[in-house]
Amino acid sequence: MMQLKRSILVFAGLSIICGLIYPMTITVVSQVIFPQKSNASVIKKGDVIIGSEIIGQLFTRPEYFHSRPSAIDPPYDASNSSGSNLAPSSAKLWQQVKARVEQVRKENSLPSNIPIPADLVLASASGLDPDISAEAALIQAPRIARERKIPESVVEKIIHQNTENPFLGIWGMPHVNVLRLNIALESIAVQR
Amino acid sequence: MTTGNWLCLILFPLILTIMAFPMGEYMAKVFSGGRSFLTPVLSPVERFLYRLFAVDPKEEMSWKTYALSLVLFNIIGIAVLFLLQLIQGFLPFNPQQFGAVRWDTALNTAISFGTNTNWQAYSGEQTMSYLTQMLGLTVQNFTSAAIGIAASIAVIRGFIRKSAAAIGNFWVDLTRTVLYILLPLVIIVSFVLVSQGVVQTLSPSIEATTLEGGKQVIAVGPVASQVAIKQIGTNGGGFFNANSAHPLENPTPLTDFLELLSLLLIAAALPFTLGAMLKNRRQGVAIFAAMMVLYLAGLGVFAWTEMRGSPLLEKAGVASGMNMEGKEARFGVVNSVIFAQSTTVTSCGAVNSMHDSLLPLSGLVLMFNMAIGEVIFGGVGTGLIGMLSYAILTMFLAGLMIGRTPELMGKKLELFEMVMAVVIIVTPAILQLVLSSVAISTQAGIASLGNTGPHGLSEIIYAFASTSGNNGSAFAGLNANTIFYNLTTSLAMIIGRFSTIIPALAIAGALAQKKIVPVSTATFPTTSSLFIFMLVCVVIVVGALTFFPVFTLGPLLEHLLMAVGKTF
Amino acid sequence: MKSKKINIWQTKFILPALTESLKKLNPLIMISSPVMFIVELVTIVTTVIVVFDIVSGRSIAFDLQISLWLWFTIIFANFAEALAEGQGRAQADSLKKNRSESVAKRILNHGGTEIISALQLKKGDMILLEDGDTIPGDGEVAVGTALIDESAITGESAPVIRESGGDRSGVTGGTRVLSGKITVRITANPGESFLDQMIGMVEGAKRQKTPNERALNMLLISLTVLFVIVVVTLKYFAAYMGVHVTVAILIALLVCLMPTTIGGLLPAIGIAGMDRLLQYNFIAMSGRAVEAAGDVDIVLMDKTGTITLGNRMATEFIALTEGKEKELFHAALLSSLADDTPEGRSIVVLAKEKLEMRGSDIRAPEGSVFFPFSAESRMSGIDWNGHRIRKGSFDAVRDFVSAKGKQLPQKVQEIVAAIASEGSTPLLIAQDEEILGAVRLKDVLKEGISGRIAKLRQMGIKSIMITGDNPLTAATIAAEAGVDDFVAEAKPATKLELIRNYQEKGHLVAMIGDGTNDAPALAQADVAVAMNAGTQAAREAANIVDLDSNPTKLLDLVEIGKQILITRGALTTFSVANDVAKYFAIIPAIFIVGYPQLRILDIMHLSSPESAVLSAVIFNAMIIPALIPLALRGVRYHPLSASALLRRNLGIYGLGGLMLPFAGIKIIDVLISMLHLV
Repeated sequence: MMQLKRSILVFAGLSIICGLIYPMTITVVSQVIFPQKSNASVIKKGDVIIGSEIIGQLFTRPEYFHSRPSAIDPPYDASNSSGSNLAPSSAKLWQQVKARVEQVRKENSLPSNIPIPADLVLASASGLDPDISAEAALIQAPRIARERKIPESVVEKIIHQNTENPFLGIWGMPHVNVLRLNIALESIAVQR
Repeated sequence: MTTGNWLCLILFPLILTIMAFPMGEYMAKVFSGGRSFLTPVLSPVERFLYRLFAVDPKEEMSWKTYALSLVLFNIIGIAVLFLLQLIQGFLPFNPQQFGAVRWDTALNTAISFGTNTNWQAYSGEQTMSYLTQMLGLTVQNFTSAAIGIAASIAVIRGFIRKSAAAIGNFWVDLTRTVLYILLPLVIIVSFVLVSQGVVQTLSPSIEATTLEGGKQVIAVGPVASQVAIKQIGTNGGGFFNANSAHPLENPTPLTDFLELLSLLLIAAALPFTLGAMLKNRRQGVAIFAAMMVLYLAGLGVFAWTEMRGSPLLEKAGVASGMNMEGKEARFGVVNSVIFAQSTTVTSCGAVNSMHDSLLPLSGLVLMFNMAIGEVIFGGVGTGLIGMLSYAILTMFLAGLMIGRTPELMGKKLELFEMVMAVVIIVTPAILQLVLSSVAISTQAGIASLGNTGPHGLSEIIYAFASTSGNNGSAFAGLNANTIFYNLTTSLAMIIGRFSTIIPALAIAGALAQKKIVPVSTATFPTTSSLFIFMLVCVVIVVGALTFFPVFTLGPLLEHLLMAVGKTF
Repeated sequence: MKSKKINIWQTKFILPALTESLKKLNPLIMISSPVMFIVELVTIVTTVIVVFDIVSGRSIAFDLQISLWLWFTIIFANFAEALAEGQGRAQADSLKKNRSESVAKRILNHGGTEIISALQLKKGDMILLEDGDTIPGDGEVAVGTALIDESAITGESAPVIRESGGDRSGVTGGTRVLSGKITVRITANPGESFLDQMIGMVEGAKRQKTPNERALNMLLISLTVLFVIVVVTLKYFAAYMGVHVTVAILIALLVCLMPTTIGGLLPAIGIAGMDRLLQYNFIAMSGRAVEAAGDVDIVLMDKTGTITLGNRMATEFIALTEGKEKELFHAALLSSLADDTPEGRSIVVLAKEKLEMRGSDIRAPEGSVFFPFSAESRMSGIDWNGHRIRKGSFDAVRDFVSAKGKQLPQKVQEIVAAIASEGSTPLLIAQDEEILGAVRLKDVLKEGISGRIAKLRQMGIKSIMITGDNPLTAATIAAEAGVDDFVAEAKPATKLELIRNYQEKGHLVAMIGDGTNDAPALAQADVAVAMNAGTQAAREAANIVDLDSNPTKLLDLVEIGKQILITRGALTTFSVANDVAKYFAIIPAIFIVGYPQLRILDIMHLSSPESAVLSAVIFNAMIIPALIPLALRGVRYHPLSASALLRRNLGIYGLGGLMLPFAGIKIIDVLISMLHLV
């Protein structure tokens, strides 16, 4: 009985410390010190929120860099998150990948024997991946240049400027934020 | 593999080792009642809490009282979390206005978080209110981790005490773990995470108009504070469904590195705590080394298979057949591999990639890590307990083979300790085989499969290996949010948890009563490389003998069939 | 060591053992060996399957062969146990024969005697024994001295002296009086003697499982349960993958995985251990004591009789003042007349020689009073004619003399130191307050003792010598014998204290004793070996009796204790390691038809799935009889460091156990396909 009473007391005490004081303190301090980061790093255009810098968006138009396939239905619905969870031996995956490879080749007018960067045709883990690999961006560069009627070198320059390197040079993969790439493209369009 | 990949595979274990040692020493100091640099700040708080809890910190408990307190405390936590989910609709901090969680999901989640498993049958951002995430899930993340650590410290005391009746005070161990170990670490980690972009707010979801003009609702919440503890406490229950793959939980390679280090730190430090408390640091090093050898062996096989890519993908036109399905671009393959290996050897279960989409032999490594009972570092506390149980088994055989009544660290191992160690080792294995075979042969079990063929078998085995071992990661293609799986996995989690902790405390109680046999030349040194070798062999052999048939039919067969181009 | 090993591989042992192994198939008997009991249960199931095959007209060739080999597995295991029991029984019989026919002369209350059968003797009966009589039961000499031939029990042909009063008063049933007349008090009821207990143990009837054996049994049962679950669930996993596995094959897999090798040989190992004890002329009160012997890390040894050859002998008298030799001789003689100890007698002999009165019968003078030796005073002597003559150790005599206010002359100390520094023991002779001189008592080390002590050290056992001698003497002997430590000037209570202290620190202590005053210490020691020639009190306090009364045999005891454990550990490791190869034989056999890709697991390239399963089952059965000799003989113990020993045994039984079945199963497979058995 005594241990039961103590259990309840200790549980109540630790709940208040760990469940309220701790997260509230972190929230208040974060809101003060990192107001941008702690609020999902939103990007605004005027008063309109166009998205989060670190949450991927669906791009279908040819003049934009395309993000990775998203397994969420509808794609890039950030009120949820999920991968496809298809096994490597899955027939469904096999069909999907073949179709996506074809589509990428077609969209970018690539010959049919060119291998496509994996991340561009395989769904991400979160379904919200904001990034693509540098290769996946470069393979789209000619299309963007053509559609936007700007030199390919400009597009490539944007890609290089936005490529983020791994932590300490080894941890992670060199990647490019798709939303930032596309915003950069827009700003070129505006400058002109 | 590139040089960078190799460096990751080599440097990470090295950094882990370098950080685990001082952490282990620090924890030993905390639990031996010594002073540390945090004592001046925290000891007034600690004293205040004891007064509040009506706890006499000098009181010592027998193993039975210790176990009773632990179980009562754990069950109260589970009950409260269960109720909280049912009534969350009436409570504040619920901007998305989520209603009551379905009873079976709520029960499963309560048991899951209460047992340090954090198996998630639900999608966090679409089910749980902010209050449930904080006052319910985050609290259990703290307490279930602290319970595990406390139990392991009690077991260490069993080895260091002689002719003693008591193994410590559960309330003191619990309070000290939270105050001196978990809170300082999570506060640091939380702020680093926020600084990198992990969201921490109580505001409702954000509505955005995308560049192409679409609508995007972005779920947010008090994420960083929960991610920090779910990593540090090897809990693994993500705020979001995609867990540490979600950009708002794990936005950059730096946060990835930090989360990875956090999930291994305490579990890897505990062997050193054992060494420090035994005043035989080489013993701690030996246990750590056995764990590290197993960790690296698995990592090697895993990295080798996953980096080779998939022959099917290559045929479909994917560059080098690189398996990026279910992986995030900012992490790439190698980091996903290290994370997946680490999260399954510890009972963390946080994921930064979708394990279901890993290549078959990679999946085999992960299942093996969990199936042997989470002893390669393992869950905070429970991992050390599990490895010590294997050490008891090893020394039982070794003792016989050198013609002495077996002993470990000066304690004679007799029938009682043997039985308890075997219970700890064998129960999770039996649980997963029995429950998997039930699931695979019933309609309710099969209906949830996300993939068919051998991979379907793997999904079920993985689910029960994960829940019995209190890991919590999943082959998430399996739809586990059904009454059948919510109940069967609950059973696996609760038996898996208590069949480890209660026998471990019983061992602690029995060992504490014994004398300590002095070392002589006839004593087999449990710090030697031969001991490490034998311990590693025992772990592998027990695992292999138990799971050889089922791993053959699941991942191995999938691998062989894929190689000849067969899909399901 | 006289080893009376019996060659067990004779028809007269094998045939009864075979019959016995069939009798042991009775499930009520089998249940005492849980692993084999489960094998029996599933084997019955396979037999039922064969019957169903016959009834339904299916081919029985495969199922029948599996079933038969499973029966063989059980019978082989039973055979091992029966053989070990037979060996023990044969050994016990040869001991029993000696006394079953004997008769006894019981002394009646009024003084006469009656002749009764030895079997009627009860505890407390007094019997009379004369030249040529066989001693009918265990007892203690109450009156008299006799020369006894113990060869029937110990195999040692040299007769021994047994006499009343001292530490050599015990006699054992089955031995024979060569000369002398003694009265013996019987100390055991029929059927309760040490020998009876031991016979019970080797026959298996009274054998209780030792703690280590129980723990190992538990481990084997757990493994069995685990494998039952592995095999039962496999059926469902296979069914999901579209493969139907027959019950017969599942049972074959189960039995192959179960630790049948160790499970089947475990009882035999225990019994054979007891047999070995008997071969070495030890009688153990329990199996637990034997196992504890393997754990001992401290041995307490009496100097006298264990390290040194029997007793110290007086070799020299040194008079304090020249010319007073005669007085010294006389005083020594008188003071030792009542001293019944061997040292005392040796002084009498030497004094008579010096006084040139050898052979003459010396009696105590009229009116003298003996002052007998006691462990507390550590002096003996005689009060005669107003004089008090005393003989004793330096300390004792110094206290005696200085009590009268007399200082010790410097020369006494010099003489004492000189004698002691040579490893001999000085005794001082005093008459009233005057010290007349010293006697040199010389110790002779037993042959080979230092080698044995060195071997103990190699085994990790610390030897401690206990002696009543002064530290200097003790140190000399200790150094000569090479013991690790010694305790000098020990009193009877010292041993008990010492044992308690060591046990408190977690040591396991062995103690060898024979005297009545050793009994408390023997009762406290973890392993207490009493000499069979010792007093009844000592034998009762001990848990092991050495029929040879040879203290240095402790080494053999430790080896036997270790051997039993090593054999169990080695065969367990071997048994479990075997499973790997069996998996590689059976798993591909089950699935290869449905999934030919799994052929890569068939690394032995076995000829057909049926042949693979059958080969594994046959290997599993045959390995039991193949290992019977090892189980009975025990794995050899090498006095190596623990790590070296473990490395060696892991290499042989772990790695060997891993590799051997690959070869074995392949060979059986080749034979099977040659004979077209499947």
